[in-house]
Amino acid sequence: MRLTAEHLDWTVQSKKLLDNVSLTVEPGQNYGLVGPNGSGKTTLLKLLAGLRKPRTGQVLLDGQPISRMRQRDIAQTLALVEQQAETTDRLNVRQAVGLGRTPFLSPLRPWSEQDDIIVARALNDVDMAHMADRLWHTLSGGERQRVHIARALAQQPNILLLDEPTNHLDIHHQLSILQLVRQLPVTVVIALHDLNQAMACDRIGVMDHGHLVADGPPAEVLTTERLQTTFGVQADLIEDPLDGSHIMRFRNAI
Amino acid sequence: MSPLLAAGAFTRPILRWFWLTPLILVIALIAGTAIGETSIPIDIILKVLANKLWDAGYAVDPIDSGIVWSYRLSRAIVAASCGTGLALAGVVLQALLRNPLADPFLMGISAGASTGAVSVTVAGLGAGAITLSAGAFAGACLAFGLVVVLARAAGSGTGGGGRGIQTAGAIILAGIAGSQLFNALTAFIITKSANAEEARGIMFWLLGSLSGVRWEDVMLAVPAAVGGLLVCLWHMRALDAFTFGVDSASSMGVAVRPVRGILIGVMALVTAVMVSMVGAIGFVGLVIPHAMRFIVGSQHARLIPASALAGAVFLIGSDVLSRVLVPGQVLPIGVITSLIGAPAFALILIRGTGAR
Repeated sequence: MRLTAEHLDWTVQSKKLLDNVSLTVEPGQNYGLVGPNGSGKTTLLKLLAGLRKPRTGQVLLDGQPISRMRQRDIAQTLALVEQQAETTDRLNVRQAVGLGRTPFLSPLRPWSEQDDIIVARALNDVDMAHMADRLWHTLSGGERQRVHIARALAQQPNILLLDEPTNHLDIHHQLSILQLVRQLPVTVVIALHDLNQAMACDRIGVMDHGHLVADGPPAEVLTTERLQTTFGVQADLIEDPLDGSHIMRFRNAI
Repeated sequence: MSPLLAAGAFTRPILRWFWLTPLILVIALIAGTAIGETSIPIDIILKVLANKLWDAGYAVDPIDSGIVWSYRLSRAIVAASCGTGLALAGVVLQALLRNPLADPFLMGISAGASTGAVSVTVAGLGAGAITLSAGAFAGACLAFGLVVVLARAAGSGTGGGGRGIQTAGAIILAGIAGSQLFNALTAFIITKSANAEEARGIMFWLLGSLSGVRWEDVMLAVPAAVGGLLVCLWHMRALDAFTFGVDSASSMGVAVRPVRGILIGVMALVTAVMVSMVGAIGFVGLVIPHAMRFIVGSQHARLIPASALAGAVFLIGSDVLSRVLVPGQVLPIGVITSLIGAPAFALILIRGTGAR
């Protein structure tokens, strides 16, 4: 499914958080969103997910304006993993992941065996099946993050939006989540802080002060000049002797 | 089993004992009718019921018959309905506001409903065109709106906890302000418009009292409680979806604005109907949902029926206590619920929001 944003503007208390952002994510593409803190990545993801209505501009799902779709229909095709969504409720991992089935259920379409299978598969995908009965408040930050991803997977989305999903994760789980996301046969928009991880995306957008300042293949976008102007770091690109890909070696902040 | 109740894997275990719900309710109602200053044996109660419902023609002492039918049974049914309604209001408010201390009494909704009811009965607002319940509903909505606006302003003033999420403290403080304002308005209206005799009766009613409850009240209370229960059950998955906050609910397909509007509107109406009959009974909406979460968990497919039942039983029990605790006197039921509820409230405060 193709996800398009056209001229998005978003303002909070006269502070412009998004300024004329346009982008297109092609079906099956893995789109990385990078940028310094406060550059508007989270806001952009919320607009793309239809959680906020842009002042001007629109978000399109396969050419259809998201603002005219029912929330339930959006949730059947598009899932969002927020940063640090928390709860004080006493619920276990399986129940938390089961919430992802909400857009498919109704009083007339109750929970079924099929939903059990989908939840079990989602738990398996994020390597949490063995913790299915653990209570939420006993989980570590990384485990919670994986449960959130499983919940999004339980929505069986065509488009998956992830807001810094590797935060709080150890390196093993960072890589396994990124691998999982890449293998999924869905369109992915993923906000990332680790620029070297972002290099593996099909395409990268760079956010800076609410503007999308660059949009293209990783090698073209993440240049040493870009790292200086947008991220304020001096970095060199080193070639990986194994496969010839580029690795960023950060020297110091400017 | 209707599809509404056959909610599948998540709820399958409760179906095993779901049939207990009406049984427990009936037992509680009979107990509430039997226990009092003069105890009435169960066989007499059953005979009276048979006489009234099927014209069975058993020979029963007319005094016993009067106590059972006109006094205690109607009272027990209204108590059960109020308990259900207020407990459900607590469940809904706690889920939607993501706040363990949300409760119609603490949030000033009951106080607003009292003001509305008093403006209609005592001050004669609307000149008879507005019913007591409608006045109470208007007051309840007004109070809720005020408290939410106040809490939101307080939340954003201190940096807040993000959009749509108020800290537990902000809601409670706003609730205190709202309750005080509406209680003052109520007192003002009473002193201005009512004579001493009326004022005494109203003050008693304001504390929460089931005295003077009649069968006409049953006809209002039962539909309100059952209607509230059905609306809650219909939206149980939406309520679950709020577990991780408003944005999360929205991203899982819940139309947040309409769902919130319907649920809070219905619960304000239920609260208003109850308050207009029995006054502001405190803490039911706070204590019952917390106790039930502890027993059946936080999933609404279980929490809603459990809270509805427990609320009903709790208020029937409180009513019995209010009648037998002081011989020759009937305490306002609100006194009983507050005596139990206030310590429970303290417990929740001490254990913190983690107690949810």
